[in-house]
Amino acid sequence: MFITVTQSLMEGFGVSVQIFGLTLLFALPLGLVISFGSMSRFKVIKIPVKVFVWIIRGTPLMLQLIAIFYGPGIIGKWAQQIEARNFLTDFLSSWAVIDRFTAVIIAFIINYACYFSEIYRGGIESISRGQYEAGQVLGMTKPQIFFRIILLQVVKRIVPPMSNEIITLVKDTSLARTIAVYELIWNAQEFIKSKGLLWPLFYTAAFYLLFCGILTLLFNFIEKKLDYFKG
Amino acid sequence: MALLEVRGLCKSFGHTEVLRGIDLDLDCGEVMAILGSSGSGKTTLLRCLNFLEVADRGTISVGGEMLFDGSLPAERNLKEVRKKRLHFGLVFQSFNLFPQYNCLDNVTLALNLQKKQSPDEINDIGMKLLDRVGLADKVGSYPWQLSGGQQQRVAIARALALSPDVLCFDEPTSALDPELTGEVLKVIRGLKGKDNTMVVVTHEMEFARNVADKIVFMSDGVVEETGTPEEVFGNPKSPKTAAFLSKVIER
Repeated sequence: MFITVTQSLMEGFGVSVQIFGLTLLFALPLGLVISFGSMSRFKVIKIPVKVFVWIIRGTPLMLQLIAIFYGPGIIGKWAQQIEARNFLTDFLSSWAVIDRFTAVIIAFIINYACYFSEIYRGGIESISRGQYEAGQVLGMTKPQIFFRIILLQVVKRIVPPMSNEIITLVKDTSLARTIAVYELIWNAQEFIKSKGLLWPLFYTAAFYLLFCGILTLLFNFIEKKLDYFKG
Repeated sequence: MALLEVRGLCKSFGHTEVLRGIDLDLDCGEVMAILGSSGSGKTTLLRCLNFLEVADRGTISVGGEMLFDGSLPAERNLKEVRKKRLHFGLVFQSFNLFPQYNCLDNVTLALNLQKKQSPDEINDIGMKLLDRVGLADKVGSYPWQLSGGQQQRVAIARALALSPDVLCFDEPTSALDPELTGEVLKVIRGLKGKDNTMVVVTHEMEFARNVADKIVFMSDGVVEETGTPEEVFGNPKSPKTAAFLSKVIER
């Protein structure tokens, strides 16, 4: 039995790791774009971005998952029922329910990118003006200043808050079961329903702990690597 | 003709007029010391020369080339601004070394990005400059491993790497412990020669008197008095200069 349970949980864990990996892959760079938006000099960019970040950070991820999964279908249906049809309602009515896993990935990427963007913003704004000016008087371009001078200093400062957020992401993957994506917890709960076994649910903790343990070691390693300079 | 010519430079921040018509002339190889109490506009003047601030009116020219003319629309082309900036170098009060690079890389980063020389040549330049500021044994050290005086000397080498026409110092010793100012001033003094034209904003009166060819005393955004050290220190014409000097020398 133990082996059957472990196999099933491994399968669920695989899905959880996929959600985790894909979310990081896209949310890390997207967060940087959003952080640039929220620091923009132009109000037409800055204000909408800030409102968007407020909405995403101000509502539960679970709700966002449901909205992304069911939202397009609901809008599509509603557009079909409207009497006066035009290109917009035609376009909307072509919307259908999207694939469950895709919906999870989209929701997670948007949600985490917003959290990351605020961490990036804090890190970028904490770098002193003098670092930019030193680059400027040496004739460097803006991208050179950002990538060759600022970025690594920002990375060093944001490793602790980012590691926090990324470890939270490991456990947030369990929210995917809200729209019936068969991740780790879902598979464990199946054993309660089908066999009346409770222990597989608690057994999942071992998987999360192992994964978070590895991540903690990784972040310690990165912090050590960046210890060679101060600032 | 003077190497550096500044005419009628004005700069306001909101309603505060910080510079109210500055005229300066500096010949090649000369050292100019700018004195004045805080708030007199010394730092803003250096920042305008280095295009960290854009002046509102007036002109700046180096070697006969007009770099800034307030009567023309502001330069929008960033590439042009960068080119103009390279006529000047700036050493900051707070050093602003790049913490993640060792001394040699701090000095050579800008040259490496310009890619005008081979990496070997650039390394050579960097080593020579660090040797010149007396830090040949610190090439591989990171800024946090150095004293303030050593950090400022690296910053001077970094500014020299691009061989600017005019090297500016913004109170280079103000952030240092008193016992460390000597080594930095000695390095600046050692740079004096026909290759280096320097503008030094400073509160070190002895240094200004002994090293500068020209003293400029600024007060409330104007050049109150200018002359040789003997003239300004020995026999100040303006009562404001006299009052300032008697106050700082008393101390």
